[in-house]
Amino acid sequence: MNILVSIALKHLLSRKRQSLVSLMGIILGTGFFLAISSLMVGSEKDFLKRLVDNSPHITISDDFRAPRIQPAEMSNSAIEIKNVRPFRETRGIRGYGEILDFLRSKPGVQASEMLLGQGLVTYAGKDTSVTLNGVIPEDLRSVSTIEEYLVSGKVDDLIANPDGILLGSELASKLAIKKGDIFTVVGPSGTVRNFKVLGIFRTGRRSYDETQSFLHITRAQSLLGKVNRINSIIVKTPKPDEALNLSREIEKRFLYKSISWQEASEDLLSTFKIRNTIMYTVVSAVLIVAAFGIYNVISTVVLEKQRDIAILKSIGFEPKDILKIFLSQGIILGLVGCVFGLPFGMSLMGLLMSINFKPPGATQSIGMPIDWGIWQFMVAISFALGASILAAYLPAKKAASVNPVDIIRGGT
Amino acid sequence: MSIVADSLTKILTGEVPVTLVKDVSLRIEPGEAVAITGPSGSGKSSLLYLLGVLDSPSSGELYIDNTKVSSLSDSEKSKLRLKHLGFIFQAHFLLPEFTALENVLLPMQRLGELTGAEMIERSKTLLEQVGLSDHISKIPKKLSGGQSQRVAIARALANNPKIILADEPTGNLDSVSSKQVQEILIRLAREFKRTVLVVTHEEEFARSLDRVIRIVDGRIQ
Ligand SMILES: Nc1ncnc2c1ncn2[C@@H]1O[C@H](COP(=O)(O)OP(=O)(O)OP(=O)(O)O)[C@@H](O)[C@H]1O
Ligand SMILES: [Mg+2]
Repeated sequence: MNILVSIALKHLLSRKRQSLVSLMGIILGTGFFLAISSLMVGSEKDFLKRLVDNSPHITISDDFRAPRIQPAEMSNSAIEIKNVRPFRETRGIRGYGEILDFLRSKPGVQASEMLLGQGLVTYAGKDTSVTLNGVIPEDLRSVSTIEEYLVSGKVDDLIANPDGILLGSELASKLAIKKGDIFTVVGPSGTVRNFKVLGIFRTGRRSYDETQSFLHITRAQSLLGKVNRINSIIVKTPKPDEALNLSREIEKRFLYKSISWQEASEDLLSTFKIRNTIMYTVVSAVLIVAAFGIYNVISTVVLEKQRDIAILKSIGFEPKDILKIFLSQGIILGLVGCVFGLPFGMSLMGLLMSINFKPPGATQSIGMPIDWGIWQFMVAISFALGASILAAYLPAKKAASVNPVDIIRGGT
Repeated sequence: MSIVADSLTKILTGEVPVTLVKDVSLRIEPGEAVAITGPSGSGKSSLLYLLGVLDSPSSGELYIDNTKVSSLSDSEKSKLRLKHLGFIFQAHFLLPEFTALENVLLPMQRLGELTGAEMIERSKTLLEQVGLSDHISKIPKKLSGGQSQRVAIARALANNPKIILADEPTGNLDSVSSKQVQEILIRLAREFKRTVLVVTHEEEFARSLDRVIRIVDGRIQ
């Protein structure tokens, strides 16, 4: 073994108890750091996965980000026109076939047109409003994950039966409707139609399960009085990260408001940033406290081993050798701290995973989402080692500058 | 290796400056054994630290083997001590956690010119030469004062230095141990042709060496 490292080891062993205490600090610090950061990353990933999977990556709507300039507003200042009222146009995305062709020409991109609207459900004397998702049932599998959440029925049934509908579980239970039941939906212009419940879905998000329904786009069009019109295109991209750019491209090209999932959940993403900053600060504080333990033990050793330092220097060891000896002590404590701290952190992670909880607004309880990625381990290791080396550096620097003559003269 | 000092002066700067060594010029030939004597507090140790490149003078020049020491970098000075200068102090300065053998190994391991096996072989030989074959795996706490001092001598000799500097090496020892240590030092000069510089209060021992330099108030008398 390297002579400097073996001197470092002997020094630490000469202060067994203190070394052990500072080691415990590093072990706990590393463990908590790992567990917390894997929980942070895990919950963020889990949340984003739900978000990305369960919502369209891009939603194109029949809106414009900046309202179109009315012809009357184009006039110059010579004429003033007052009381301009916008032209009442029939809403909907025009030329959506072109948009769909453009999207489908991109490899891996799935897109489907939809008509969204509100309807009133009446059943057994109760009535409640419902969001009607008029979809092309054949596309439902590729652009949405709703099939995964069907607790009864199949998407195929909807393909086979154009008068069918899929209902959210909360909505169904509120109205006491079961699969196979037939109920009435009233459209905004008074159109009435009957639908047969072909399936019930439960996503776990109460607000969604309480309001949503899926039906044939043609039925939605006639119910909402918008024949051959659509007001929304939903898009799934093979790589969710690409959604933002694709969405900008669509909007630039076709002018319709196009919102990527990133934009839709901007506030959430920034909430995550704040949350991560806070949590990392807290767990870093644990490691910083642990670093003080290391600083303490190495300072003590440096003070106690002045004689040894003088001997080594008189023999011909250089100041940088002395620096290395005490830095190694920090590295040794940091490494050993990691060796025990990581398994400790992993068992904490295991423990956390076994805790089930029910997030607000959800109907099912889930385990703590823990991310086991190598990244957390790397961050925990580098943080623990970095803190240890930094804590060792100050006393090591002091040791390196010890003047041997002072010690030897005093020692004789 | 020769040691040449040209008006070496060491002044400690402080509120009241203290002159430890004043205007010392001397020349020590290779293989010469020299005793440094003088009253307590006269500056003998201070001079020895200067001659052994452990401390640097406030003014004056030191030449070792005709090399101007002030022109060397700190790292080169350390290397010079490691290879060519062996220090022995009054209190045995051993690393307390290391065995006798490991203490003797230290300078060789730092120099790294021998293989591990050769280092151990040489350490054992050195300890045998100072009469400690039976104690090589003892830590300093388990050794007597005389034994510890002999380990320190073995360690000073580890890298086969040309110059040995000893500061009252027998100061803390009983008469028997003291005799043993003196004999070793005399043999190093006579048989092994080392330059030996010893600070000592023992008149008889001083006289048995080639030359005696007497220091009073930091000057050669
Ligand atoms: N750091 C210091 N500050 C002030 N004075 C000092 C310091 N170090 C040494 N001295 C003084 O310098 C003088 C020389 O000290 P030095 O140790 O060289 O003497 P010495 O001849 O070796 O003495 P001894 O025979 O007792 O070992 C002494 O008077 C001592 O008190
Ligand atoms: Mg002295």
